Amino acid sequence: MSTRRLAEQFEDLAKQDHAARLAMWIFLASEILLFAALFALYTSYRAMYPDEFARAAAHNNLAIGTINTFILITSSATVALALWAVRGGLQRLAGWLLIFSIGCGLLFLVLKGVEYGQHFRAGIYPGAGYRSAELTGQGVVLFFTLYFLITGLHAFHVVVGLAVLCWMTAGSLRGRFGPDEHVRFELGTLYWHLVDIVWIFVWPLLYLLHR
Amino acid sequence: MTEQSRHREDIEAGDLFADVPPPPPPDYLRDGRGIRSWLLTTDHKRIALMFYAVIVAMLALGGIFALLLRTELLTPDQTIMTAPVYNRMFTLHGVTMVFLFMIPSIPATFGNFVLPIMLGAKDLAFPRLNLASFYVYLLGTGVTLAAMVWGGVDTGWTFYPPYSTSTESSVFPVVVGIFIVGVSSMMTAINFIVTTHTLRAKGMNWFRLPLFVWAMYATSVIILLATPVIGLSLGLVGADRLYHFGIFDARFGGDPVLFQHLFWFYSHPAVYIMILPAMGVISELVSTFSRKPPSSYDAIAMSSLGIAFVGFFGWGHHMFVAGMSELDAGIFGGLSMFVAIFSAIKVFTWTATLYRGRVAFNTPMLYFFWFLFLFTFGGMTGVAVATQSLDVHWHDTYFVVAHFHFIMVGGTITAFLGAAHYWFPKMFGRLYSERMGLLTSVSVFFGFLFTFVPQFLLGNAGMPRRYYSYPARFQWLNVVSTGGAYLLAGALLLTLINLLCALKWGRRAGPNPWGSHGYEWMTRAIPIKHNFETPPVITRGPYDYHLPEEMPHVDPQAR
Repeated sequence: MSTRRLAEQFEDLAKQDHAARLAMWIFLASEILLFAALFALYTSYRAMYPDEFARAAAHNNLAIGTINTFILITSSATVALALWAVRGGLQRLAGWLLIFSIGCGLLFLVLKGVEYGQHFRAGIYPGAGYRSAELTGQGVVLFFTLYFLITGLHAFHVVVGLAVLCWMTAGSLRGRFGPDEHVRFELGTLYWHLVDIVWIFVWPLLYLLHR
Repeated sequence: MTEQSRHREDIEAGDLFADVPPPPPPDYLRDGRGIRSWLLTTDHKRIALMFYAVIVAMLALGGIFALLLRTELLTPDQTIMTAPVYNRMFTLHGVTMVFLFMIPSIPATFGNFVLPIMLGAKDLAFPRLNLASFYVYLLGTGVTLAAMVWGGVDTGWTFYPPYSTSTESSVFPVVVGIFIVGVSSMMTAINFIVTTHTLRAKGMNWFRLPLFVWAMYATSVIILLATPVIGLSLGLVGADRLYHFGIFDARFGGDPVLFQHLFWFYSHPAVYIMILPAMGVISELVSTFSRKPPSSYDAIAMSSLGIAFVGFFGWGHHMFVAGMSELDAGIFGGLSMFVAIFSAIKVFTWTATLYRGRVAFNTPMLYFFWFLFLFTFGGMTGVAVATQSLDVHWHDTYFVVAHFHFIMVGGTITAFLGAAHYWFPKMFGRLYSERMGLLTSVSVFFGFLFTFVPQFLLGNAGMPRRYYSYPARFQWLNVVSTGGAYLLAGALLLTLINLLCALKWGRRAGPNPWGSHGYEWMTRAIPIKHNFETPPVITRGPYDYHLPEEMPHVDPQAR
């Protein structure tokens, strides 16, 4: 069990942990605002082109979107379980739970790639590259531009989140997250939950809101 | 109290503790030598000084661009540069001054330096993040400047599409640079918020926080809420250069005005990112040099938060002529005027603080008066342009240029200079030449007036901003404005020289040369690496001037 060195500017570990958590939450709030700008664009353009947005959303592959939602939420659940395991001192179990989550994350990205492939074959590209003949209209193009921007930015966060999860997995399999080291593990799990929560908003916007 | 008697007291205080074995730790300037000990330091004070150096360089750079612009405008037609160069020059000026100087100026230098000391902390909560924020800022600055010198950008600092997505100039790297600088200011903001929450000394409750800390806190909140949004909108404009997404392109059904909404949703609060830290400095100055507590601590602290809140709902007043309905314009105009109410609360509180105070006319105090004048005048014209009917006349004229220079630049730079003089003894342990300080301060003020008052008149007479040539009847006002700009630049240069000379030849300062009751003056003349030898216990407020002089030194080790 490693005992952590207290940074000299803090008076005790409890305060240091509180500071780390607070900083992470603030950081996550600012990440949400990054997506909020895109959601604001989506809202404005949807108000301008309601019918075309509905048509475009209906064209999206609901099955893949829904399965992906399920996969991502499952991965978040196992990440939460891993935190519980680390708190209980079961670091190897935590490591395996994380490996499961990483698998889910990779599967999510693969399915996303399959979906992108379907779009490209149908001539659906963002912005200037759009060349689908059957699905036309300015609002449709805007919808898919936003679709690619939002899912692209989200996928980037998934990749970063996976890197964090890999670091956490390596740490837990080597037993680095002893009783004093929960906080860093906890912060990593928070980041993965952000990826999850953003998707919970993306899913209805891009797949469901067309009825 | 005179300098000598205070010095004598210091010696006596030293004698009192003579029996305590004193191996005093070196001050932060001497704690570790060599270039490595600076470049890799995690001491907030050293990081602040590194920021200080770069930020002053940016101010000089932006100032040189401004002088070139003003020189070009001496004659109605070409004077020293061609029209495309002129377009690049005003963009350079705007981007450098807004993103590289004003936004980080007070928080990254004085905030970094005094905020932890004011809280009685040893350092910020995340010292390495703080150091990283400096290098991220350097990287962003480097990218921005390199791109601007290489290809140049001619969009103005606002990057409005469709022009910004169709111009040939190098928008992409500049936008990337600004994004990186934004990341740096977010790192600072997170650090300030968490530090204020977790590292307050014993006995320091929220209403014993110095007002400067409140201002920094409000600023940090705005930075965190607004920066991601502009990062994304500028990112979208930049991404358009690589692949034509056309999200703001009318050919694809996009709406260029939406960019303006997103842009001003950040950039209007960004005005408060620039002015709130200045207000924090001003609150400290007026209290110290009137030797009185602010006439209402709560009013100043809460109106900062009020400005931070209302500031998010006024962005539409930048777009009155971009096809906005009259109802929207009325709402945005009304909400914008709320900012004036909160600002007026502050102005009246500061002014009332002077009442029956023992006012000392030192250089920082002069800057307080200049601030008060420029901010009030700029603010009043702000209320005027928030009225749609008037704004239609003034929009995109020099009136607006003069308005925002008065309020943003006038506010920020007077507070920046006031802070530079006020905290100079704490930063370097020496006193600047007061006579030169007063002289340069007066010159800065008159230089500023001569530069921008003619621009109000020019704008009102109908001269549009950003124009390269103008009718001959506008020339005399332009000449006055250019003369004022040279006076201002000369005064700023003299200020810099005065402070640089004081670094080497200034008289040594005691721990508290102004007789302030602020917590940051409780440290030694030059603070040690961890600010206090023993963690201080706060038993009074930062402005308790009714208590005797000795009371500030609650830290028994302070010498």
